Amino acid sequence: MSTVQDHLQSLMGNRVVETSGSSLTRETWKRLRANRLAMVGGIIVVAFVLVAIFAPWLAPHDPRDNSWFDQIRPSSIPGPSWDHWFGLDESGRDLFSRVIYGARSSLIIGVVSLVIGATFGTILGLIAGAFPGWVDSLIMRITDILLAVPSLLLALSVAAVMGQSQTAVMVAVAVPNIPLFTRLLRGSMLAERQKDYVSAATSVGIARKRLVLSHVLPNSVSPMIVQGTLALATAVIDAAALSFLGLGSADPTIPEWGRMLANAQRYTNVAIHLAIFPGLMILITALGFNLFGEALREALDPKLRR
Amino acid sequence: MTAGLSSKPILAVDDLHVTFATRGNDEVRAVDGVSFDVRAGETLGVVGESGSGKSVTSLAILGLLPPRGVTVTGSIAFDGHELVGAPEKELQSIRGRRAAMVFQDPMSSLNPVLTIGRQLTEVLVRHKVATKQQAPERAAALLERVGISSARARLKNYPHQLSGGMRQRVMIAMALACEPAVLIADEPTTALDVTIQAQVLELLKELVVGSKTALILITHDLGVVAGMCDRVHVMYSGRIVETGERHALFANPRHHYTRGLLGSVPRLDLIGGRLQPIPGSPRDVISWTDGCAFAPRCAAVTEACLGTAPDLEPTDDGCKVRCVHPAAPGEALWTGESTGDSIGDSVGDSMWKAP
Repeated sequence: MSTVQDHLQSLMGNRVVETSGSSLTRETWKRLRANRLAMVGGIIVVAFVLVAIFAPWLAPHDPRDNSWFDQIRPSSIPGPSWDHWFGLDESGRDLFSRVIYGARSSLIIGVVSLVIGATFGTILGLIAGAFPGWVDSLIMRITDILLAVPSLLLALSVAAVMGQSQTAVMVAVAVPNIPLFTRLLRGSMLAERQKDYVSAATSVGIARKRLVLSHVLPNSVSPMIVQGTLALATAVIDAAALSFLGLGSADPTIPEWGRMLANAQRYTNVAIHLAIFPGLMILITALGFNLFGEALREALDPKLRR
Repeated sequence: MTAGLSSKPILAVDDLHVTFATRGNDEVRAVDGVSFDVRAGETLGVVGESGSGKSVTSLAILGLLPPRGVTVTGSIAFDGHELVGAPEKELQSIRGRRAAMVFQDPMSSLNPVLTIGRQLTEVLVRHKVATKQQAPERAAALLERVGISSARARLKNYPHQLSGGMRQRVMIAMALACEPAVLIADEPTTALDVTIQAQVLELLKELVVGSKTALILITHDLGVVAGMCDRVHVMYSGRIVETGERHALFANPRHHYTRGLLGSVPRLDLIGGRLQPIPGSPRDVISWTDGCAFAPRCAAVTEACLGTAPDLEPTDDGCKVRCVHPAAPGEALWTGESTGDSIGDSVGDSMWKAP
């Protein structure tokens, strides 16, 4: 076994392990590769991102173009065909193109709200973790209050207060994420602070600010990466839920999966494909992020690492 | 032994008390009136079982005890500066620069996400021993000094790429980076393989002998003490129960705890002997008595031991012992036939030998 040999050699001290970049990243990647579900999740995530970015080139038609309106009858809406892979929607627009553009607004909302949520959550968690005592208690009680409210309800109230706009949706989806990140970072920082390397660094005179920022924080971020991936899944679902409930962006011509699903309700007995395709997209995207996030958690878990 | 030592102690600990608050109204007296001093270039051994206050004493010296729930009283004078109650800023400038510590477990004492080069240079730059540009050079030199080959390339390694012995060498390099006046090694070899233990101890000895650094070596390995230390403290239950120059102390251990410790160590030069374990277990830290803490386990216990605790009384061979009924000089420790060496020499030389 080469590992035994490596160990022996490193004991003898004449072997220098060569590294380029972070070996944690490399090991995590190796573990992800070995996990089949992770690869499925990863492919879905990558495909989703690519579709969202390249929507204008992938979509066969303009998502706002309703030139096939004359084919719409109250009793029938044309389903999938060669010209329109996913069929037409209730206003005579190409559903396939709309679903592709829907990925775009989902990704934008997901990423922006994640960035907002993670940024504020990290700042608050960092403050709470760095200043144990009343600062920590105050921040944690506020997080407890936010966590006590169901996330969708919280998002709904924020969206209702801010009015109908894409920014409102992003902030609304971001707010329930803040306490999650805060609590997670604070918890893992508390655990890290107890470790020997922190005492060791203190014992050689490293000041507290530096200790927190360059020793404790980098060791505490790996659960945040996982939370980030999982939060993207919730963000996609939450954004869809908000637009489903009519709190999405004010412009009804912007394709959003949630609103497409909401509109499809009225036509379920006429054209089931209106509900199936956007619904399937939400499902697959959320599943992909969840699979990937879960596998990432496993791959980064130090307890499972050799 | 004392030749070449300056007379003024670099570190003087006087009547140090460390108390931990517990959930109830009880408090745990982890360190109870410890006084000692260390001179430049000297190696002081501190022995005692787990919970005897060895580590807490050393953490208190560097001000590393958590601020909440811990009360430290007494005096720790480091090169004229009082450390008890000193502001954190002052402590930070002393830690690593003038006084440093090597911890027990090298596996967890290095930050896993930073390269060892980064961790070493950080210390050098922090204490302005080197500029950012010079630091890698100095760090590599330090690694070479602690016996790590191809030091320059090693700087780019992460802690998990090194073996335990290597990591402890890195820890020692880090502690010695600024050539501190006092180095505290808290059981530096406990977590290592036996063969590596000897190497690491040899390294420590070498580095300390060459410089004026005072070494406080905390251990529960009597062989290590016998092989390396100039003076020895034996601690039990937060107090120093016996102290003295190594040869004198091992030749004539007077406290029954010290005798128990020595009697429970196997010896190569005794034929057909039996090990004598110390009966009972360490005192429960919460129930406190004024009397001798070792009394419940002591073979020579009398009514007088339960009263007030005796002070450290000097003995005729220059040691000090805290006991109502110290053993007479020369009283046998082991049953069995000795091969003839005097106890002090044989313990000192046969129990610990550098390869």
